[in-house]
Amino acid sequence: MIAFALPAFAGPFEDAVAKFANDDYSDTEEAIGVVASSGNKLAFPIISALQDGRLMADPDTKKVYVTGTDGKSIDAATGEAVASVPDSASAVRLNNRLRRSVDAALGGLTLQSPDLGARLQAAQSVFKSHEETALEPVEGALAKETNKSVKTALSEARAAILLFKSDATEVQKLEAVATIKARGDQDALALLSDIGTDQPASVAKAATSAIGSIQNTLAVWSTVQNAWYGLSLGSVLLLAAIGLAITFGVMGVINMAHGEMVMIGAYTTFVVQEVIRTRYPALFDYSLLIAVPLAFLVAGAIGVLIERSIIRFLYGRPLETLLATWGLSLVLQQAVRTMFGPTNREVGNPSWMSGAFELGQITITYNRLWILCFTLAVFAILLAMLRYSAIGLEMRAVTQNRRMAASMGIATSRVDALTFGLGSGIAGIAGVALSQIDNVSPNLGQSYIIDSFMVVVFGGVGNLWGTLVGAFTLGIANKFLEPVAGAVLGKIAILVLIILFIQKRPRGLFALKGRAVEA
Amino acid sequence: MTPHMLTRSLDRGAAIFLTIVAACGILIPLSNLLLPAGSFLQVPTYLVALWGKYVCYAILALAIDLIWGYCGILSLGHGAFFALGGYAMGMYLMRQIGTRGVYGNPILPDFMVFLNYSKLPWTWYGFDMFWFAALMVLFVPGLLAFCFGWLAFRSRVTGVYLSIITQAMTYALLLAFFRNDFGFGGNNGLTDFKDILGFNVQAEGTRAALFTLSCLALILAFLICRSVVSSKLGKVLIAIRDAESRSRFLGYRVESYKLFVFTLSACMAGVAGALYVPQVGIINPSEFAPGNSIEAVIWVAVGGRGTLVGAALGAIVVNYAKTFFTSGVLAPYWLFMLGAMFILVTLLLPKGIVGTFNAWREQSKEKRSVSTVSAAAEDGITEPKMAE
Repeated sequence: MIAFALPAFAGPFEDAVAKFANDDYSDTEEAIGVVASSGNKLAFPIISALQDGRLMADPDTKKVYVTGTDGKSIDAATGEAVASVPDSASAVRLNNRLRRSVDAALGGLTLQSPDLGARLQAAQSVFKSHEETALEPVEGALAKETNKSVKTALSEARAAILLFKSDATEVQKLEAVATIKARGDQDALALLSDIGTDQPASVAKAATSAIGSIQNTLAVWSTVQNAWYGLSLGSVLLLAAIGLAITFGVMGVINMAHGEMVMIGAYTTFVVQEVIRTRYPALFDYSLLIAVPLAFLVAGAIGVLIERSIIRFLYGRPLETLLATWGLSLVLQQAVRTMFGPTNREVGNPSWMSGAFELGQITITYNRLWILCFTLAVFAILLAMLRYSAIGLEMRAVTQNRRMAASMGIATSRVDALTFGLGSGIAGIAGVALSQIDNVSPNLGQSYIIDSFMVVVFGGVGNLWGTLVGAFTLGIANKFLEPVAGAVLGKIAILVLIILFIQKRPRGLFALKGRAVEA
Repeated sequence: MTPHMLTRSLDRGAAIFLTIVAACGILIPLSNLLLPAGSFLQVPTYLVALWGKYVCYAILALAIDLIWGYCGILSLGHGAFFALGGYAMGMYLMRQIGTRGVYGNPILPDFMVFLNYSKLPWTWYGFDMFWFAALMVLFVPGLLAFCFGWLAFRSRVTGVYLSIITQAMTYALLLAFFRNDFGFGGNNGLTDFKDILGFNVQAEGTRAALFTLSCLALILAFLICRSVVSSKLGKVLIAIRDAESRSRFLGYRVESYKLFVFTLSACMAGVAGALYVPQVGIINPSEFAPGNSIEAVIWVAVGGRGTLVGAALGAIVVNYAKTFFTSGVLAPYWLFMLGAMFILVTLLLPKGIVGTFNAWREQSKEKRSVSTVSAAAEDGITEPKMAE
C-alpha cells in the first residue's frame, strides 16, 4: 500500500488526512473527527476547505491538498506549499450528513479562535446546530474561555447539545433547560419547541414552562420594540410639527407651506454635502453640523420674507391664509423641482449616524437614536428661548395681548416676522434631520403636512408641551396598531381616532383656558 | 334701497348665467352631432368631453360655495364626496362590462378576478341596477357628510379645525381606497367602462347626451342653491357665517342648519362626481388627494366666494386655464401660476372676480344715488343713509 510508504513520523493526524483521498463517506467522516480533535494548526484550513469544496485529494498518491481562496495550494498533511495540484486530484465529495459534521467540526475549531467575534459566532452556530460531536470542543473551549459573553454563549451551546443528546442524564437536561430559558430569545424558543417527545417527563415539563416564560419575555421585548419604534416615529412627528406649533399654535397662522420649509432644510443639507463632497471630503462627518445652522438661516429668512410679503396682510383671516400658503407651497415645490430636478437627491449618512447596536433583544439604529436626541434638544432649546430670552418674552406678550404689548413699546410687526421666521427656521432644522431617514425630493414636505397638523391640533394649539405629548402619543399609538392592523389601516385608524377626538375636545389635549381662546 | 337693487342685479346675472349654460347644453351637442366633422362651427368630441368635465367641476364648486360662501364652513375634503359619487357610478359601469372584460367573468369585474376574489363583496350588491347606483350617488356622500357633520357641528368644531379634520377625512379615504383588499380596485381604480344604460360610453351621441345632462344638473344645482340662499334659511346661514355665537344666542339651532347645508352640499358633490366619471372614463383613489379638494376651493375663491355664478365661473375659468397651460410649452410653469393665483386672489381679490364686479357696480350705483340724495338735501328733505 502506498500509505505505508509515507514517512515513519506519520501520526494519527497524517493518517486521517490521507483518508480524505479514499473517496468513501465513512472514511471522510472519521477523518473529519480525527482532524478536528487533533489540535493541529492545519485542522481549521483543512475543514473549512472541505466545506467550500477546496480540499483536493489525489486517489493515486493518497496526497491531499488545500487550495487557498487566493489560488495557492498547500499539502494538507504537512502544510508545505506546493506548486500545483496534480490533475488527477479532485475535490473531496460531501453528502448532507457529512456537511453537518463539517459544520459542527468547524464550529468546534473556531470556538478557540483568537478572534472574539469569531468565537462568539462559532458558539452561536453550535447552539443552533447542537451536534453531539461538538460537545467535546465546546467543553474544552468553555474551560479556557475568559470573556464573559463568549462564556455565556458557550454554556448555552453546551446546554443545547445536552438537551438533544439521548444519553445525557435527567439532571444535565434540566440544567440545560434552565440555561436556555435564561437566554430567552426566539432561537431559544425554537430550540425548546422541537426537543421531541422522547424526553423524560420532568424535562418535558420544565421545557413547557420554559417556553411559556420565554414567550412572556418575548412579548415584553416586542412591547419594548414597539415602544421604541413609537418613540422614533414620535420624534419625527415632533420634529416636523414643532415649527408648526410656533406658526400655527402660537401665532394662529395656518401655514400650509410648513412642509416646504422642511423640504428647504433637507435641500440645504444636500447642497452642503455636495460642496463638501467636491471641495473638502474630509469634512463629510461634520456636514450635518454645518447644515443645521445654515438650514435654520435659509428657511428662517424665507419665513421672514413670506411673513412680510404675504401673511401680514392676512392676519385675522385664517381660512384665506390657508389658501395663500397652500399656493405658496405649490410655488416653492415647483421652484425646487425646477432647480434640483424632480427626482430624489442623495443625502448621505455621516459615519456616526450609520450602523446599529443591540439592546437586549432589540436593534437600535444610530440615526433614529440621534434624531430622537436631536428632537428633544431642539424642543428644550426652543422652550428655553421662549421662556427666558427677551425675544421669547416679546413673542409671548404679543400672542397673549397684541394691543397691550404694542402699548408697552413692543414692535409687534417685527415680533410677528421674527416668530414666523423662528417657526420656519425650526422646520428647516427638521429638514436636516429628516433628510437622514427620508427621500429628499420636492414632495418631501407634503408627506408631513397632514401629520404635523394632526399633531398640533391633537396636542392643543398654543401649547408646546401639548405638541410634545401629542407627537409621542400618536407615534406610539401608530406603532402599536401597526402589528395588529397593518401599516395603512393603522394610519387610517389613527386619523379616524383623531377626528373623533377633536369632536370630544375641539381644542386639543391641552387646551388654553380662558377667554382668549374664543378670539 | 340698496339690498333690493343688489338682488335684482344678481337675478339678472343669474338669468344670464342660466341662459348661457342652457344654450351651451343644447348647442354644443347639436353642433357636435349634426355638423360635418372638420367644419368651422363643429365642436369636436374631445372638446365636448372636456367641457363636460368643466361643468362637473362647476357643480362641485357650487357645492363648496354653498357651505363656504354662505355658511362659513371651509371643507378641505369635498373632493372625497365628489370621488365617492364617482365611485358609485364607476361601480355601476363596472358591473355593466359583464363578460366583455379581459377575464370574461359575468359577475366579477376584472380586478377582482385578478385579485382572486371568489365572490362579489357585499358592497357591490345592487350596483348592476342603475336606479340603485343613482341612489347611492346621493346616499353615500350624503350619509358620510351627515355622520361627519353631526359629530363635528354638535361639538362645535369650527373654522380651521373643521378644515383640518375634513382634510384628514379625505386623506384617510385616500389611504383606504389605495388598498387592494378594500375591494374598490386599489390604486388602479375603476376603468375600461363599456356601457351606460345600454349606450356605448365612448360613442359621440352618449358623450353629447352626458354633456347635456351635466348642464342640466348644473342648472338644477344652481336653482337649488339659489332657492336655499334666498330663502329665510339662507339668511340664517349667512348670519351663522358672520356671527355664529350671536345666531345661537338668538335661538337658532346652528348645528342643524349647518348639518343640513353640509349634507346637501355633499350630495351635490356626489352628483358632480357621478357625471364626471363616465365622461373621463376612469375613477381612481387620487381623486381623494387633499390637494384636489383645496384646488376646488380656489376655484370658488377666484370666481367669487358667496356668489353662486362666481363659483361656477371660477371652476370653468381656472380649469380652462389649467388645460390651456398644461398642454403647451408653459407646462412647467403651471404650478407657479396656480400657486400665484392662490396668493394673489386672497391678497388682492378677496371677493373674487364676480364679487369684485358686483361691488364695483354697487359702488357706482351708490355714487349715483348719493348725488340724488344730495340734490334732495338741497330741497330740505333729509334721508338717513343706510349703514352697511
